[in-house]
Amino acid sequence: MSDQKDEKKTNRRDFLFTATAAAGAVGVGAAVWPLVDQMNPDASVKALASTEVDVSSMQPGQSLTVLWRGKPVFIKRRTDDEIKKARAVDINDLKHPEKDEDRAKNPEWLVMLGICTHLGCVPLTDKGDYDGWFCPCHGSHYDTSGRIRKGPAPTNMEIPKYEFVNTNTIKIG
Amino acid sequence: MSDHEYTPSSKFGKWFNDRLPLLTLANHLTDYPTPKNLNYWWTFGGILTFCLITQIVTGLVLAMHYIAHADMAFSSVEHIMRDVNYGWLLRYVHANGASMFFLAVYIHIFRSLFYGSYKSPREIIWILGIIIYLLMMAAAFMGYVLPWGQMSFWGATVITNLFSAIPLVGESITTWLWGGYSVDNPTLTRFFTLHYLIPFLILGLVVLHIWALHVPGNNNPVGIDIKKPSKDTVPFHPYIVIKDAFALLMFCIIFAMFVFYQPNILGHADNYIEADPLVTPAHIVPEWYLLPFYAILRSVPDKLMGVVAMLSAILILAALPWLDTSKVRSAVFRPLFRQFYWILVADVLILGYVGAMPAEGLYLLIARVATAYYFAHFLIILPVLGWKEKTTPLPLSITEPVLGGSPNLAAARSDEKIEKTIK
Repeated sequence: MSDQKDEKKTNRRDFLFTATAAAGAVGVGAAVWPLVDQMNPDASVKALASTEVDVSSMQPGQSLTVLWRGKPVFIKRRTDDEIKKARAVDINDLKHPEKDEDRAKNPEWLVMLGICTHLGCVPLTDKGDYDGWFCPCHGSHYDTSGRIRKGPAPTNMEIPKYEFVNTNTIKIG
Repeated sequence: MSDHEYTPSSKFGKWFNDRLPLLTLANHLTDYPTPKNLNYWWTFGGILTFCLITQIVTGLVLAMHYIAHADMAFSSVEHIMRDVNYGWLLRYVHANGASMFFLAVYIHIFRSLFYGSYKSPREIIWILGIIIYLLMMAAAFMGYVLPWGQMSFWGATVITNLFSAIPLVGESITTWLWGGYSVDNPTLTRFFTLHYLIPFLILGLVVLHIWALHVPGNNNPVGIDIKKPSKDTVPFHPYIVIKDAFALLMFCIIFAMFVFYQPNILGHADNYIEADPLVTPAHIVPEWYLLPFYAILRSVPDKLMGVVAMLSAILILAALPWLDTSKVRSAVFRPLFRQFYWILVADVLILGYVGAMPAEGLYLLIARVATAYYFAHFLIILPVLGWKEKTTPLPLSITEPVLGGSPNLAAARSDEKIEKTIK
């Protein structure tokens, strides 16, 4: 190189290096993104977004498990006793404080994802120390509102988006 | 590499070797000077290479019959078992081969722990080994999902849900891993692809592992540095080759015993029930080789911290060369370390046992104590032991303990010189 004196100063070559590296990084990023994003849920998976369930034959105390987006959803028609129990709990005693009134808009019907928030197992209905659900995998106990009371699960079982299309039909999703 | 220049004897060999020095490499591998006191615990490197090749070959042919689709995977595996010529044999060799692979890798790892093979100058060999071990666990986990039985499905659900413990982005990462909102067909197809890929990554890392080994050469039961080649070494071929071959033969007898007499003893009956997303088996247990880590996961009552503890339990091994502060490699000369070593072995076995039991009551208590001890061993005991422990004198060479009675050698063994070898 002839101009050794200019070594310390920023010169046109430095600019070219930086610009090339920046353009290269953007190019690589743009090329990699499709490779990453192809793993996200595809159009056909997303299309199965909602399910309608006929609940006309369910008696108080009965529960039903339906599949929605590949996941089990518990639909429980609660007895008066179960509702009373769920509403009597002091909200300050809860690991994940949520009122039963907010979880079950219609107190008789509890609709929630039947997935333990610990590591995704399906809890067993009408089991556990709080007569709600019990997860056999790692021992999480849920109450009659599906709230976590004991065990490793961090949060209450999730309430999906749902609505009563009419008195006999629930639409999940 | 080789300490002497190699020249092929034939004219063609010389012509070829000048253009691609494969013969030089072959010569390096056969003449490679090996400590002459290597015991049978050193034969597991060769056994592991055999395991890897077995898994790749049987896996390749199984993939010719297996169908990676949620509706067909389970029956395609039954098709392999019932219809495909020798399909039962290939599948049982592959399934039990995974267990044999882990059996050998655990012996290999605990050999390193006992003889201090992870210490300077072999840290890179050790870390490459840990990466291989992690990839093995990933490959084994994904392979276990492929038959699409109940344990496959729920094991996949539990393990992928570990990622949901990550704050903020956890949920999106799990959805991304699944390609949906639960473990389903997209999950199965990508696991199949990755299960096929990982063994070849492992193969590449094994080449690096051996390359890194051939720079300083093998550690040995005495754990001292030796000159190579010297009267302390023998050429790899035929001395080590024949010893490795004999050990491999013994290993294959045990392998065959599982394959032909108890092919399902290491599996779970639940995996012969097709996956059902609505029913979780009463008791989800991973394969035996993952049990100690599973016990650590369950011993922590917090979801995120449980995952962190489990990952740390594996990653802490990578830091081992710097956590063990003792300059003496072999446990043979470390009376205290030797005792703690066996306590650690017992601790890991206990973790494995409670990992298979329900996480409640006494089992949970034992798991917690064992988990705490596991971390204490690496984070407290090993660093302190390096400073406090009084090690017994090291021999000057491998030959010395054998010829210990000879007067001139005894004279050479002054304490001063021993300290020099330590430092």
